[in-house]
Amino acid sequence: MRVMGAETEYGIHAPTAPSANATMMSARVVQAYAQVTRQRAAGGAETRWDYTDEEPLHDARGWTLERGAAHPSQLTDQPPVLDAEAVALAYGREELELDGQDESGTLLMNMVLGNGARLYVDHAHPEYSSPEVTNPRDAVTWDAAGDLVALAAVRRLATDPELPAVNLYKNNTDNKSVSYGSHENYLMPRSVPFGDIVRGLTPFFVTRQIMCGAGRVGIGQDSSTAGYQISQRADFFEAEVGLETTIRRPIINTRDEPHATADKYRRLHVIIGDANLSQVSNFLKFGTTAMVLSLIEAGLAPKVEVHEPVSALQAVSHDTSLKATLRLLDGRRVTALDLQWMYHEAASKLAQDTGVGDAIDGDGHTHQVLERWATTLTQLDSDTAAAATSVEWLAKMSLLEGYRDRDGLAWDDARLGLVDLQWADIRPEKGLYYRFLARNRVQRIVDDGDIAAAVTEPPSDTRAFFRGRCISSFGKDVVGASWDSVIFDVPGYGRLQRVPTREPLRGTKALTGPLFARHRTAGPFLAELLGHTTPPPAA
Amino acid sequence: MAGQEQQQPQSRDSQVEEDIPEAPPAAPEAQASASTQGVDDLLDEIDGVLESNAEEFVRAFVQKGGQ
Repeated sequence: MRVMGAETEYGIHAPTAPSANATMMSARVVQAYAQVTRQRAAGGAETRWDYTDEEPLHDARGWTLERGAAHPSQLTDQPPVLDAEAVALAYGREELELDGQDESGTLLMNMVLGNGARLYVDHAHPEYSSPEVTNPRDAVTWDAAGDLVALAAVRRLATDPELPAVNLYKNNTDNKSVSYGSHENYLMPRSVPFGDIVRGLTPFFVTRQIMCGAGRVGIGQDSSTAGYQISQRADFFEAEVGLETTIRRPIINTRDEPHATADKYRRLHVIIGDANLSQVSNFLKFGTTAMVLSLIEAGLAPKVEVHEPVSALQAVSHDTSLKATLRLLDGRRVTALDLQWMYHEAASKLAQDTGVGDAIDGDGHTHQVLERWATTLTQLDSDTAAAATSVEWLAKMSLLEGYRDRDGLAWDDARLGLVDLQWADIRPEKGLYYRFLARNRVQRIVDDGDIAAAVTEPPSDTRAFFRGRCISSFGKDVVGASWDSVIFDVPGYGRLQRVPTREPLRGTKALTGPLFARHRTAGPFLAELLGHTTPPPAA
Repeated sequence: MAGQEQQQPQSRDSQVEEDIPEAPPAAPEAQASASTQGVDDLLDEIDGVLESNAEEFVRAFVQKGGQ
């Protein structure tokens, strides 16, 4: 359907050590997962991230931000190294004694995983970036696999009596004015004018939260107004279009860092979504957005423009009745549901015209997305109890309303705030979403076995297969990797061998599976891959 | 239409509590009590797993900057 991927930054909290440094704790999470997987590269450390092709200051509107003008948080093309000296200076001796440094004295901040994902420290949060997948069902699967990766790290840390237990939350705000993101990425042809993307996507992004908002107790960035709203993220958006992701957050982000052949593709970086535990909400988030991008590429997106989209985004989030109307620039007033139906209608027509939406002969995904989309919009309009079995903000709201009814709680009662936070605890015995899942109060798209398999298995139909298999088969010889490279340090080669993987749909199981099957060691594998006639001599 | 366009509410904050979606249509008596029972069971279960001292726990959950 389309190459896409998910990124999740987890909220992090050590209840017994509330003043612990967040970056240090996040590094411990990465370190703990390295211990779980026993994944070690040649240098004795985990495979490093290759920053060569990171371009966080390239703007899709056709320019590059000067480094000096950038916010420090935008410089994601530099490895965040915490060596012993920096740790001691910043956090004191105690933290230094507790941390998990490798033999070189450097704190581990980055891992590339055998399933093709990346686990790393992003500022003050552990972040899991899923491998590239080609459809929304796989996006849900490998995103949920990230929750199991995070869980494994939490379990590991809990066994270490020297370290405080760490909780991770799949949410997007601490309700005290800080928000952290869950991003989506979609590959698009470079030829689509960026202005078309902005026009086509903005009304859709203002309203898609009614299907995929995760729900939030509290209104305003600091929760200063009591109440419940649809989206975790809406109140943190302040601009329509822009490059930033941590300040002046824009509805449409312009970071132009394709991680692929740059003159052929752009990677649309989406920062407006909520992190979803609900599989249906997550499936709709990826599935409908991918279809709207197809509409934009075909020049067939609905011709609608929302008046003042940033305030409209927040108005939609604050209106759990879904009855409020938005003003369009042509003077019409429509509800969020009306706008979503406009997109659904256009997407259905395109899918029918091109044949991809056919139940039997289609692409195998579009039909299901269109059906789920229509069912969800219909339920949101007429049967919210039914919608609460799949739409995350409604599922959580049903629980909160249960407490309000039983105990007469006001929206600013701390227990409702706790229910909201603990909904997103990734431990199944503590996470309230998982209690809903166990009782079949929320629907599944993917079964637990497929999610568990995705913790170690890469997707078979993208370059993530090549990356993941290189890590799991030859991890000790892989010193670096990124979305578009794998770097080997193999005895016999005089220098590091960087294998570029710039084409997201190459490196698949079909193309490279036999190569992995033929070789047990990296040297001959690399020799055949690089087309060398004779393997290098053993060192 | 033009007059209507200018009546964009400043804020819907005050409406949130009133705007909760309506309850589903009334079910037969037996079903209703079964469903109430289900909610009570669920709340009992969740009471058992909620962190103690909600106020302190929520207050201590402070995050540093994010994307």
